[in-house]
Amino acid sequence: MKLFRVAADLPIVARQYTRNPIGLFFSLVFPIILIGLFGLIFSGSATTAVDLPTLLLDHSNSTTAFLDALNATGLVKLNFVGPMDPSQFGHYLFNAEDPVGLLIPQGFGASITAHSAVNLTVYTDPGNPSSSGLVEAAVNSAVTQLNFRAAHAMPIIGVDSLTVTSRSFAYIDYLIPGLIGFSILTSPMFSMVELVSTYRKEGFFRQLSLTPLTRAEWLTSRVVWYILLTFLSAAVMLLVGIFGFGAHVTLSLGMLPFLMVGPFLFVSLGMLAGSVSRSPESAAVIGNIITFPMMFLSGTFFPTTGFPPLLQEFAKVLPLYYVIDGLNSVMLFNSPTRALLDFAVVFVIALAIFLAAIVTFKWREE
Amino acid sequence: MPSAIRVEGLAKAYGPVRAVDGVSFEVPEGHVFAFLGPNGAGKTTTVEILEGLRNRSAGTVEVLGLDPWKDGAKLHQRIGVIPQEFRFFEKIHPREAIEYYARLFATPADPIAILKRVYLEEKADAKFDTLSGGQKQKLGLALSLVNDPKVLFLDEPTTGLDPQARRGIWEVIRSLKADGRTVFLTTHYLEEASLLADDVAIIHHGKIIARGPPETIVAAHGRPDRLRFEAGPEVARYLASHIPFAVTAENHHVEVELREKEDALKVLAALQESRLPWERFSVVRDTLEDVFVRLVGRMDDGVIKSEAA
Repeated sequence: MKLFRVAADLPIVARQYTRNPIGLFFSLVFPIILIGLFGLIFSGSATTAVDLPTLLLDHSNSTTAFLDALNATGLVKLNFVGPMDPSQFGHYLFNAEDPVGLLIPQGFGASITAHSAVNLTVYTDPGNPSSSGLVEAAVNSAVTQLNFRAAHAMPIIGVDSLTVTSRSFAYIDYLIPGLIGFSILTSPMFSMVELVSTYRKEGFFRQLSLTPLTRAEWLTSRVVWYILLTFLSAAVMLLVGIFGFGAHVTLSLGMLPFLMVGPFLFVSLGMLAGSVSRSPESAAVIGNIITFPMMFLSGTFFPTTGFPPLLQEFAKVLPLYYVIDGLNSVMLFNSPTRALLDFAVVFVIALAIFLAAIVTFKWREE
Repeated sequence: MPSAIRVEGLAKAYGPVRAVDGVSFEVPEGHVFAFLGPNGAGKTTTVEILEGLRNRSAGTVEVLGLDPWKDGAKLHQRIGVIPQEFRFFEKIHPREAIEYYARLFATPADPIAILKRVYLEEKADAKFDTLSGGQKQKLGLALSLVNDPKVLFLDEPTTGLDPQARRGIWEVIRSLKADGRTVFLTTHYLEEASLLADDVAIIHHGKIIARGPPETIVAAHGRPDRLRFEAGPEVARYLASHIPFAVTAENHHVEVELREKEDALKVLAALQESRLPWERFSVVRDTLEDVFVRLVGRMDDGVIKSEAA
C-alpha cells in the first residue's frame, strides 16, 4: 500500500462526490433535516403539560384545593369550558382536538365535607395513550392527596425521583449521537453498494486494475473521504443540535475515534455488499437488507433501553449499536471504559470486513 | 526484429465453450497488428489475456518478455490499454484524469501536451459525461499514453464512432506507429485493418483462419482480378462461348476473371467483335473485406476447418 497513490485517488473521489448534488444532500443536508424533524416532534411533547378541558360544576373550597393539587402536578394545564349539561360534555370532547377531559360534578365540595363518597369523571382517549396516561396520573395524584386530607392521615411512603445518570437527558441529547451514527451508517452504505456494483458493470475496476492502484489503496481513499465527510456532517449536526435545539452533549475528543472507525466499517461493508452481488439491482436489495435493521434498531432515533428485551438483544449484534453506544458513552455518560470497549468491538469488526472486502473483490477474472 | 508479443497455442475455455482455441502469432516491435473477426470470434478474450485481465486455459503468452497473468503489475507499467467502450468517471475532466494517471504511475506528464496528441486539448476542462463518443475514446487513448508505453492494446477503438471521429483515431494510431510503439488493434472494420496494419490475423470461432500483411492475405485468399462492365445477359452468354475465362452475370453487370493483365485486352476485343451493347468497364479487385466475408462464410459452411494462412 502506497500512500501517494491513496493521495492521488482522493481528489478524484472528492470531485466525483462534490460534483454530484445528490450525494452531498444525503451526507450533509439530510441529517440536519432529520434533527430538525425529530427535534420538533419529540422535544415538544415531553416538556409541555397536557391541555385538559375541564367542566367545573362545583365552586367550593374543597374544589379549589383539588384544583390546586392538580395544578401542582405540572402534568396538565386546566382549560375550563363554558357551562353545559354534563351529558353534553362527552360529545363536546369527542369533537375536540385532544379528546381528554375532567368533569367535576355539582355537590363535589359538599359531599367531601359530609364525608360521603363522590366520583369525578375522567375522559381518556385510547388513541392517545401518552396524554391519557398523564391526565389519569395527575388526577389520581390530586385525588389521593384530598383523600388523605379528608381522612386526616399522613402519607408514610414517599418517592424521591432520581435518574440513574448524573444528570437527566432530554430526547434531543440522545438524538444527536444517534443521528451522527445514522449518518455514519447511511452515507457510505447507500452510495458504496451501488457504486461498487455499477463500477464493476461499467468496467471501471478493470480499467483501474491496469494502473498501479491496488484494491486496498482504492478502498482506503474512500474510507478517508467518508471520514472527512463524517467530521463535517457531525460538526454541522452538533451546531444545529446545540444552538438550534439546546442539546446538552459533551464535546469530547473521544468522539473522534468513533467518527473514524465508523466510516471505516461501513465503507468496507458497502464494498463487500456491492462486490458479492451480481447486479446493481441485487446490490441495492442486499444493501437495504443490511442497512435498514441497523438504521432503526441500533439506537439511532430512540435509545435501545426502551426496546422490548428481545429487540435489545438483537440490537447488540448490529455493529452500529456499538458506534452509537460509544458516542453516547463519550458525549452523554462520560464513561471512557465503556467507550473503549465499544471502540474495540467496532474496530475488530471493521478490520475483518475491510480485509474480507479486499479478498472477495476481484478486479480481474480467472 | 525482436517480438513485442509472442503467443503460442493460446486457449481459453468457458466451461464447454472454447472461446479461443489454439491461437499462435507474433508481433514484431514497432508493428501495428490488427486482430480481425466477427463479434464473438474471440478477439476480446485474446486481448484481455494479453493485457493480464484474464487468465488463459492453455498456451504460452509473452508481452515484452513478461507473462501477463503472473507479472501483471510489472507489465502494466509498460503497456497502454483502451478497453472496449472506454468509460471514465463521469464528473472528472480530461485534464484531471491525466493528472490522476500520472500520479498513479508516478511519472511526470503534461496533460495538455498529451491531450494535443489526441486532438482533445479544447475539451481539457469538460466533464467526461459531456464528451462525445469520439472524444471519450480519445481520452482513453490519452490515458493509455500517460506511462509512455512500449505496447498499446486498443480493443475496438472506433466501434460505434462516426466516420470523422474514426479518422481522428486513425490519425493518432498512425502517430503511435511513427513513435516506434507496437500497437495491437482489434477491430471488425476491415477498412481500418487494411489502412493501419502491417499484419493482420483473422480469427473466427476462436481460431486464426488467415494471417499476414493485408495485401498478402488478399492475394492468397482473394479471387483473381475481374474486368467488370454494364451489359445484359446476352453479352455474358456470348463471352462464355468465345473466350476461355470464367464469366458471371448479375443485375445487368458482367464480370470476367482475369488470370493476367493482358487477358483484359482479349476480353475487350471479344466484346468489340460481339457488336452487342455494353458500357463503362472497370477492374475489380478483392478487398480485405471480400476475403474476410468469404473466409468466414466458408468456415461457417465447413469448407475450411482451421488455420489457412
